[in-house]
Amino acid sequence: MKKIILAIAFVSAVFNAATAQKIKGSDTVLPLAQKEAEVYMKKNKAARITVTGGGSGVGISSLIDNTTDVAMSSRKMKLSEKMKVNDGGVSSAEVVIAYDALAVIVNPANKVSQLTREQLEGIYTGKIKNWNQVGGENTPIVVYGRESSSGTFDFFKEHVLNNKNYAASVMSMPATGAIVQSVSQTKGAIGYVGLAYVENNVKALSVSFNKGKNFVAPSIATAKNKTYPIVRPLYFYYLTSASKMVKPFVDFILSSEGQTIVAKEGFVSLN
Amino acid sequence: MKKLLEKLTEGILMLSGTVTTVTVLLIVFFLFKEGAGLFGKSPTEDGFTVAVNHNNPIDKLSPEQIKNVFDQNIVNWKELGGNDDSIILFRMDDLLSYYSEDELGGIDTNMSLLAQKIDQVIENNKGVIAFISANEIPKEHHSKLVRIESIGLGSFFGGEVWFPTSTPVAQFGIYPLLMGTLWVSFIAILIALPFGLAAAIYMAEIADSKVRGILKPIIELLAGIPSVVYGFFGLIVLVPLVQQLFNLPVGETGLTGSIVLAIMALPTIITVAEDAITRTPRSVREASLALGASQWQTIYRIVIPAASSGITAAVILGIGRAIGETMAVLMVTGNAAVVPHSMLEPMRTIPATIAAELGEAAKGSLHYDALFALGCVLFIITMLVNITVEMISKKGTKNKLR
Repeated sequence: MKKIILAIAFVSAVFNAATAQKIKGSDTVLPLAQKEAEVYMKKNKAARITVTGGGSGVGISSLIDNTTDVAMSSRKMKLSEKMKVNDGGVSSAEVVIAYDALAVIVNPANKVSQLTREQLEGIYTGKIKNWNQVGGENTPIVVYGRESSSGTFDFFKEHVLNNKNYAASVMSMPATGAIVQSVSQTKGAIGYVGLAYVENNVKALSVSFNKGKNFVAPSIATAKNKTYPIVRPLYFYYLTSASKMVKPFVDFILSSEGQTIVAKEGFVSLN
Repeated sequence: MKKLLEKLTEGILMLSGTVTTVTVLLIVFFLFKEGAGLFGKSPTEDGFTVAVNHNNPIDKLSPEQIKNVFDQNIVNWKELGGNDDSIILFRMDDLLSYYSEDELGGIDTNMSLLAQKIDQVIENNKGVIAFISANEIPKEHHSKLVRIESIGLGSFFGGEVWFPTSTPVAQFGIYPLLMGTLWVSFIAILIALPFGLAAAIYMAEIADSKVRGILKPIIELLAGIPSVVYGFFGLIVLVPLVQQLFNLPVGETGLTGSIVLAIMALPTIITVAEDAITRTPRSVREASLALGASQWQTIYRIVIPAASSGITAAVILGIGRAIGETMAVLMVTGNAAVVPHSMLEPMRTIPATIAAELGEAAKGSLHYDALFALGCVLFIITMLVNITVEMISKKGTKNKLR
């Protein structure tokens, strides 16, 4: 009898350890992953999931250092990072769990309501310095961005700035919420945030990626029908050697139940 | 038995003293060891190189030039002293626009095929500049590797561009960060010192015991508030205030940071200075009063000089808090890495930079080393400040108490 109890205790301990997983990375994905983990843990009493933020770069470098099981990322893994993962003789798997539209926001008092990609590039690389150069009032442009550890920082650089470097005068904020706060209280401000963060105290701009032929406002609908151009996939990265442990949770997110949560949290679901 | 106990206590005290000293020395050693790793290295990421066509006469570029090339501020080799060819940028991800998916089949596993294809691209385009992994250069290659100036003390302290994650070449110029840190801390101390000392003198000498009984715990409570709360307060209250007051386009400025820091340094300065002033011997005070000096003369001529070593400690702790403070500054100064021209511009400080970037810097990478080098700079600044204040106060006490 005693032996059986011991055996059960041992097995359950192993089982517990096997299902306890750490998820780390993008602050954009953080609220979504937390919600998914909450619901998942309610359904599977044995599962233990801890979710922490820090930025996409932080998550991926933790995956490389093997201090996390899953890296959340709002950008694709860079080739250099992939090579570092492969250096350890292991390979990583990539799963898209949702999409996120990136909105360019300005102060509600700003008259400008649409910009082209070229104008955005000019503003963020420091070549356009005043709103009257893009059809607004004579106010200096105050440019807000994220810290370099943020996946949003990299995604915006790749897709909107054509891989050019940001101007040094771009102010880097430690969190998306701080960008919304600053833009709402600064008249000449411009910033970029995930669609889920857009509130009434800031104005989201329509953008055009075909030199001003047509401008599209960001919304879940325009992101879904692919007319809004600044849409990015949100990724989960994990080592293939750990897939057995990670897979059930990933599958849950990809299930229709998981995708309902995606939509509820203000992101764009996969289908 | 008693003797043994004494010996034992003595031993424990000595041991803890030694352990503390050794720990501090180890931390300093670790800091400098990691920081020194930055210098003399090429500023490209480990294992990556910049290559050009073998007919290109250019064989050496500075980090600044490469950044301008990849930002498309320089578009012709002529501007760099080469042939009249327009520059074609090539990153590894661009390979897909040169070859179809079919031609690149199996490239994920076959590294030598990848290397060959990249080599072909470099061979076929005269004006190409390629940012590629060093593994992707075949033995018989047609490309020429560009030498990049390595990071030296001059470019580290004098460089005006801080772009640690820019590819292909990271920029490690800490001049804007250094100036940001010095200015923000200096103005913060300028604000905090007069207020702090005045409050300390008031509490120790002038206020009656009832007022002191209320004020002291409140001020000590201020020291216990987490810095992120101060930062949030700054972002919500001070930023709009500064913006309206000076009619600025943006409220996140060095001055805002200084004010928040001053508020944060106040409790430390007040409590330590007040303790020092209160501890002035009663006999000294009474002697002064008995000689007919007024209360103000006693405070000014006797009490403050007598307490000066404690006040110095207060100043050092206050400055230390201001220079090293991270979170609050990170939230209110705007963090733009530009060389500041006035206090009413966004600034980026060294602690804020370390806090914001250390998480993403992979251990052992250049970026990681650069952040440790920043830590060394911070350490040296604090040490210099401490030594200076110590020296000044020693001189001051000698003259005044005689």
